[in-house]
Amino acid sequence: MKMELIQPFINAADAVLAQGLQCPTSVGNLSMEQEAYRRKGVAALIWVTGDIEGRIVIDLDPDTAVRVASRFAGAELPESDELVRETVCELANQVIGNAVTSLNDQGFHFRVHPPVLHTSEHGPKSSEDTEALVICFETDIGNVFLNIALRHNASRQPERATAVGQ
Amino acid sequence: MEQFVPVKRSKDGQPVRYLVVDDSVFARKNLARMIETFGGQVAGEAGDGVTAITEYVRLKPDIVLMDITMPQMEGIEAAEKIVQQNPEARIVMVSSVGYQENIVAALQRGARHFVQKPVKPEVLYEVIKYVMGEDGTAAHAAGAGA
Repeated sequence: MKMELIQPFINAADAVLAQGLQCPTSVGNLSMEQEAYRRKGVAALIWVTGDIEGRIVIDLDPDTAVRVASRFAGAELPESDELVRETVCELANQVIGNAVTSLNDQGFHFRVHPPVLHTSEHGPKSSEDTEALVICFETDIGNVFLNIALRHNASRQPERATAVGQ
Repeated sequence: MEQFVPVKRSKDGQPVRYLVVDDSVFARKNLARMIETFGGQVAGEAGDGVTAITEYVRLKPDIVLMDITMPQMEGIEAAEKIVQQNPEARIVMVSSVGYQENIVAALQRGARHFVQKPVKPEVLYEVIKYVMGEDGTAAHAAGAGA
């Protein structure tokens, strides 16, 4: 997975988290995930299709999810509240939407699908052409994990080349 | 959250009425909180484009805040259908996907403006004043309706 694909997601997550949480964030661990994806807590998954295909997961441990959702909502939310899960989905929506906007400006064309709660304990395993990258964002109320597994859609490469005038 | 000078309807001094359309409950609540700080009133909410169309007909709001990526019917299609039947409709697209093609498509199909998520209250407030135009008045409470 090329850095040109990853950087917009890092920038978008950094900006969305900093604005929503009203605190600075920093990128902590960054690792390639070899084994099947293991959910950490409250996770939202978004599929993208187009020139680049794959999925992005935003994942927070349950306590952090409650704190993040409460900060976004501007009020303390109970742990079991549906609004906590909704907030994590909207957080994913905003991060991916902003990243896709930036990638579109580089000539990549996508369709972003509505976020869904990722409820299974495990996700699809990385494959030869779909590597998963895990990025940890450290904030003052806990860590937010971004798990990205994308691949170039080979059948659309000529289309993209035309779109960017290459 | 910051409090803004209330935007009222020029014709009767009443609060601007909004229809908030987003599949995310969180996003709808967040927008509703902002609308409150603008002195507006949430007339109704919808979670998809199909419901947005029926709610528009029922409520006739002054402004629609419309998400794009939604189940059943996406926001741009819903905006187009609403404007076809109600050319006076003021629809502001509110989406995290803010690339040029999306914005152009929304405006060509009848939306009046576009705001990218995460929404900054001060940006949305200025857009609301712009979209309301002469039909809206920003005035302090003491001067409201004057």
